[in-house]
Amino acid sequence: MHENKEFYPWLDAKQKPYIQIERVTKKFGDFVAIDNLSLDIYRNEFFALLGPSGCGKTTLLRMLAGFEKPTEGRILLDGEDVSSVPPHQRLVNMMFQSYALFPHMTVEKNIGFGLKQDKVPAAQIKKRVDDMLELVQLGQFARRKPHQLSGGQRQRVALARSLIKQPKLLLLDEPLGALDKKLREQTQFELMNLQEELGITFMIVTHDQEEAMTVSSRIGLMINGDLEQVATPSELYETPKSRFVAEFIGDVNLLEGRYDGSGEFGLTMVCKESDSAIQSTQRLDVAHGTTIWAAIRPEKLEISKQRPEGTPNVLKGKVWDIGYGGSFSTYHVHLPNGKAMTAVRANRERSLEKSITWEDDVYLSWAPKSAVILTD
Amino acid sequence: MKQFSRFNLISLLLGFSFLYLPIIILIIFSFNESKLVTVWGGWSTKWYAELLQNQGIKDAAWVTLKVAFISASVAAVLGTIAGMTLSRFGRFRGRTLFSGMIYAPMVMPDVIIGLSLLLMFVALAVDRGIATITIAHITFSLCYVAVVVQSRLSSFDDSIEEAALDLGCTPAKTFLFITLPVIFPAVISGWLLAFTLSLDDLVIASFTSGPGSTTLPMKIYSQVRLGVTPEINAVSTILVGLVACGVLLASYINRRQAKQRQADEQMAAQAD
Repeated sequence: MHENKEFYPWLDAKQKPYIQIERVTKKFGDFVAIDNLSLDIYRNEFFALLGPSGCGKTTLLRMLAGFEKPTEGRILLDGEDVSSVPPHQRLVNMMFQSYALFPHMTVEKNIGFGLKQDKVPAAQIKKRVDDMLELVQLGQFARRKPHQLSGGQRQRVALARSLIKQPKLLLLDEPLGALDKKLREQTQFELMNLQEELGITFMIVTHDQEEAMTVSSRIGLMINGDLEQVATPSELYETPKSRFVAEFIGDVNLLEGRYDGSGEFGLTMVCKESDSAIQSTQRLDVAHGTTIWAAIRPEKLEISKQRPEGTPNVLKGKVWDIGYGGSFSTYHVHLPNGKAMTAVRANRERSLEKSITWEDDVYLSWAPKSAVILTD
Repeated sequence: MKQFSRFNLISLLLGFSFLYLPIIILIIFSFNESKLVTVWGGWSTKWYAELLQNQGIKDAAWVTLKVAFISASVAAVLGTIAGMTLSRFGRFRGRTLFSGMIYAPMVMPDVIIGLSLLLMFVALAVDRGIATITIAHITFSLCYVAVVVQSRLSSFDDSIEEAALDLGCTPAKTFLFITLPVIFPAVISGWLLAFTLSLDDLVIASFTSGPGSTTLPMKIYSQVRLGVTPEINAVSTILVGLVACGVLLASYINRRQAKQRQADEQMAAQAD
């Protein structure tokens, strides 16, 4: 269903970026909200800006919409510098976090508002509004006012209103934040389908990493006004660039150690948690003794009562706590020095008796290729 | 339903009679047959008929309405602008001074406002009349509109203006078609407030009026100095009736809107 699988314009040197953010800095007084940020986004991308609150992601979005002007740098849309074009003259539309529906207008009037500003003939507005209402399945609500709609319906009106002008870029500011979990998941897939169907470039701001991973072609992870890493969801998860990225996206076990040469597989790391050196297939070009970190995702940790064969990376510990999550169980294991590790195991067999239980002595192990070695 | 205890009932009655007894007495005596205000001579509506013949009172009423209408309208416009400035422009230089100056007429004694306006009109050699009363009323009722509008704007979602801009609406049209309709109820209640304030002002009008520009409160006051006549009672009753109707209408509309809204929201919740 998703063509994003073969969609990698950023790897193709011949592709021209559609939106270019060039060395943009935004200051509010002394506060630097965006710090010398550059980013290229390609046509038809579904780009997600992800980051903790206060990282500047909303400011970046508002600069793309035209509500804020960059202090330095420039923004190009389809090759044209739009840095100082006011919002009402930009071919960019935005869906607001609060939906920002006009309370005194009907659903119909709300959706048609953008076209009316462009002096589109009334008959044509009517037709396009009807089409849009059908697209978001709100046909029978055309004459209602926003306060007569449920949260999910309002969200769809806001979406329809921001799509009707077929903008070059659609900005979505936490569009699903106000919906409950079930509706949110359903709407995520609707958004993805809509984006493919209409061929509009989407840029979404969210603090929900799961949402960003589900909907987007690429994610830009922001911290302190700059992009920490820009990558596809799976790249971001499997090959994070830094400890910040590894910890922000999903759960991770971090072991701190020192680089100890290339070893049998690629590199070895000595750390106080393990008697033998930790082996990884990754290669690093750093000096002996440099501090490095091994990041291991909980689902890549094997947990067993017998010492496992076939991997050099084994840690001994005691089960501290087990969280039963239905399809999987989370094991919290304490190493002898007190460090807590998390392992996740799928509950493949339907068994109420657990082979591993509280206070058991267990071995945690992982293959040399399963951990990511980080230098930052 | 909880029963009133005897103590509660008595205090309630005392409270209400404190508030409304004078007005009730006034209304009853406006239907008095006798010419003497304090002596009951049977029911009659003759003073109302007589009122219609009294050109002086009719003129004064007309002046009052004109002044109230114009001053409330101008104050609504200026007050809306002031209220928007206060709530929108954040912390600009001199904001505290500006807001203080807007609100000052609310606490300033009427006598002082009236006197200072009189001095100004005299200094500028302006002929006093309906125009000067209107200007004076704008001056002191503007702040009430500003307060009402500002408090409405504090719960206003600024992003709906941004949404309008984002959809290609110019800033001026955004104000006209988005902001104004949303805050319009506040502007209207500000207007009503200004209108009533102007309607019953005696002190400031006395300072700033000239020959031929007597307002109804001034007329009533000057007649009362010659003795209270049942005619005055009749005028006052009409005034009370008008104000009461206005208040009842406003609260009825409010209640109906609230009810409608509640029903709508219930319907919306079920749709989810």
